[in-house]
Amino acid sequence: MNVVVLNEVRKGFYLDSVALMRLSREVAGSPGVIEAALMMGTPSNAAIMRNAGLLEEGTAVKGNDLVIAVKAESETAAREALDNAIKSLDKPKSQGEAQSAWRPHSIAAAVKNRPEINLALISVPGEFAAAEARKALNRGLHVLMFSDNVSLEDELSLKQQARAAGLLMMGPDCGTAVIGGAPLAFANKLMRGRIGIVGASGTGTQEVSCLISEAGAGISHAIGVGGRDLKKDIGGITTLMAIDAFDSDPETDHVVLISKPPHPDVAKSVLQRIGKSKKSFTVCFIGASEVELPPNARFSPTLKGAAELALGHQKIGAGFDANAVASRIPRNGRGGIEGLFAGGTLCAEAQVILAAAGRKVASNAAIPGVLKLGVEPNDGRDRLIDLGDDEYTRGRPHPMIDPSVRDEALRAALKNRDLSVVLLDLVLGYGAHADPAEHLTRIVADRGRDAPALIASVVGTEQDPQGRSAQVRKLEQAGILVAPSNAQACELAVAIVQNAGR
Amino acid sequence: MTDQDGPQYQQLLARKVEVVNVGLEGFVKDLRDCGIDVVHVDWKPSAGGDPQMAALLAKLGV
Amino acid sequence: MKLIEDANQQALERILEGEPRLIDIVPARELIPGLRERMILHAGPPISWNRMCGPMRGAVAGAIVFEGWAQDLPTATKLAAGGEIEFHPNHHFGAVGPMTGMTTMSMPLFVVENARFGNRAYCAINEGLGKVMRFGGNDASVLKRLAWLRDVFGPTLGKAIRAAGGIDLKSIVARGLSMGDELHQRNLACSSVFLREIAPWMARTSTDNAVLAECLAFIGQNDQFFLNIAMAMGKAITDPANGIRGSTIVTAMCRNGTDFGIRVSGLGEQWFTAPVEMPEGLYFAGYSEKDANPDMGDSAIVETIGLGGFAMAAAPAVAGFVGAGAPSEAGNFTRSMGEITAAQNPEWTIAAMDFAGVPTGIDIRLVVDSGVVPVINTGIAHREPGIGQVGAGVVKAPLACFQQAIVAIAKDLGVS
Repeated sequence: MNVVVLNEVRKGFYLDSVALMRLSREVAGSPGVIEAALMMGTPSNAAIMRNAGLLEEGTAVKGNDLVIAVKAESETAAREALDNAIKSLDKPKSQGEAQSAWRPHSIAAAVKNRPEINLALISVPGEFAAAEARKALNRGLHVLMFSDNVSLEDELSLKQQARAAGLLMMGPDCGTAVIGGAPLAFANKLMRGRIGIVGASGTGTQEVSCLISEAGAGISHAIGVGGRDLKKDIGGITTLMAIDAFDSDPETDHVVLISKPPHPDVAKSVLQRIGKSKKSFTVCFIGASEVELPPNARFSPTLKGAAELALGHQKIGAGFDANAVASRIPRNGRGGIEGLFAGGTLCAEAQVILAAAGRKVASNAAIPGVLKLGVEPNDGRDRLIDLGDDEYTRGRPHPMIDPSVRDEALRAALKNRDLSVVLLDLVLGYGAHADPAEHLTRIVADRGRDAPALIASVVGTEQDPQGRSAQVRKLEQAGILVAPSNAQACELAVAIVQNAGR
Repeated sequence: MTDQDGPQYQQLLARKVEVVNVGLEGFVKDLRDCGIDVVHVDWKPSAGGDPQMAALLAKLGV
Repeated sequence: MKLIEDANQQALERILEGEPRLIDIVPARELIPGLRERMILHAGPPISWNRMCGPMRGAVAGAIVFEGWAQDLPTATKLAAGGEIEFHPNHHFGAVGPMTGMTTMSMPLFVVENARFGNRAYCAINEGLGKVMRFGGNDASVLKRLAWLRDVFGPTLGKAIRAAGGIDLKSIVARGLSMGDELHQRNLACSSVFLREIAPWMARTSTDNAVLAECLAFIGQNDQFFLNIAMAMGKAITDPANGIRGSTIVTAMCRNGTDFGIRVSGLGEQWFTAPVEMPEGLYFAGYSEKDANPDMGDSAIVETIGLGGFAMAAAPAVAGFVGAGAPSEAGNFTRSMGEITAAQNPEWTIAAMDFAGVPTGIDIRLVVDSGVVPVINTGIAHREPGIGQVGAGVVKAPLACFQQAIVAIAKDLGVS
């Protein structure tokens, strides 16, 4: 096959990556186009394009240049796609942009114009994020850094600077927070209540807060700390400050702390701090065995368990009986489970539950005790994939924004006759895809009659823009089994394979 | 921004959040829908994406 | 860095504390020691004859004939090309000049004194519109007007200014801003207010009514008359702020039709230059981009003190005139310039911006960080000598000047 690669470089033309990705997809869908990318020419992006064979010989790019790259089956197709891409770039922008006539170009200018600003939400590419966070801290702003790919050194120095200034540095890689009802980054519309959350994990925080909110209680605030805050290098700086903040918050009675198992030293200092608190705590170190706790705290290794403890032992999805549902599923004599997760912590929770049920599990984001995929053969193990992991998201949107990241793996799983069950999650809320259920049902619509059973859980609330029950209904109409929580989806998966094997 | 009632991070929970958004524009609408004031920054990489210049500027205190 | 912040604070205070007063009009040779025969001061950073643009060469030839160093323009051109003329920037002699910015020994110059710091700055008298030397014009009519300015107008106005005991300039600018001037492409209000203040003194000191009427009419017919006074004012205000170690505040911006140059307080007399850009704007009927010369003049000194493009919000009509967008968008220029400046000038406010002060004190760090460059309101000259102004527009200061200056100041401060 004849392959033609065409590039066009626009100097000093910046567009945010989400807008570019949308355009990339549009262009890639043009007739005769094999692959297409519109990207800012940062070194990392240039590497991605070079690896994808999208850069012409001799195309030189810089970080501030927009690169339009098309690989097509013919010169004509490539040229046409390139022209269309340029046309899309240059067409008049939507009214929304025209409405607010002036926009500051910097945090400094924004603050100068509106001194009331007290928090910076930063989601620029990782290589620039630390510098922006530093500017925000210098101007006395709290920071939520959604960006990832920030070095550990930068994270530490930013958090130290924030602590010295009495400011909260949430992130890097902080996917969610809800401060006084303000959804920061990916967050759900929650009932206000008296339970606070400190989360080192975005989807973990979303799952627990939604389960609590849907159970009729409410959330005061959810503070994100970033996935590495409880590592030894960082020492839980933000977590400790968040506990301080909740300790003096009259709106909060109980606090849920959610994290991967921390470094033992960090766990010790965090638990000591909890011991001094006037409030009661639920500690959820996903997958950890029981830890030694102060009297005002209780422990859960799963998100669902944490929500139940915070609710005062109220059961989540009380009417749901995994075995009863499983018994209605036709046996197919297979035994495998494959999980395709948008939420990293949901993937971790699934590993905990499957492992606890005696399943042999492998994952690309393996928790302790689980086989890391790709290291050695994983014959016969259940595969639990975190599709939000770097290997899937470099240069692409997160599957919570664009569920098509999952499509290919899902189609393959539906044809895999070793599998009994495919486990899925849907994450709703602000920032997430507008209708992930619709997208999913389209992908699975033409699956074979003997395809594996599909089990999903939906992280979200009724008040979310997508509406939880409407999403659940769409899934159920497509023959997908929907569990009340991720944990129960996993239990159902286990029940089905056990049933199948009997 | 004096701290009569303890450090600022403890007051964050008691005050109304007002946000400057740097990066993904989609977050702006979500916040506005929840009644939060947001200023969106028309952001470009510092120093035109030149990492050396950006590092120099950081040291000179931008 | 504390050193930088402190130095900038000091530079800003010096800029804001300036007390510029127009105190006299005096022939250049009496003001500028070292300004000799066969020596021409020009706009912008240093430049040699062989790199000068068309209008600059035209003005040089005209100035040579005007000073009597050659009989005619061809001889004058040969003289200049043959290395017989010494060229220096106005800025090196305490002076500024619009567009080509010719300053030679016999030309009468406005003298603006900064009473707070005791320094002075100079600028030639604005010649009016049409064929003029600042746009490269050099025919007989141009030289005749220059002679009249030298022999009649300069002495007449100078006498009146002295009799008035000088004219305070800050208050005229403040009023002009509230009346729709931005002090670069629109000086109508300031020129009128100036005329209102000086006319009685001209009447009192004049001995010839016909001359008086002629001089008053010259001011009254020239909407840009005040520009040259404002330029000398700008230079008088920024000079005391230059040379403060560590300061990243810009103290001069200028262009010579080939290069754009800036000076930065912490880097003293050094120029940081880059190729000047073409103005974008509107053209007079019959002209287009094809005819335009790259940007020229020391007049960007007014932007350096927060006027011109920085004060666009005060002059919405100018935004339309210079092709910078709808008048309703004029405020965006001023807001953008607010992003690259360290302060507002509380004495020069803009009603349409809720009386925010004009953005003052360009910080090269903010320019390079944001990529937002100073915008300068400017006249557009024909690229051939002797034709004159063909339009007006805005020009952007080239980012490279500011990047070089960042590298230089980092080096000076031992930061790498």
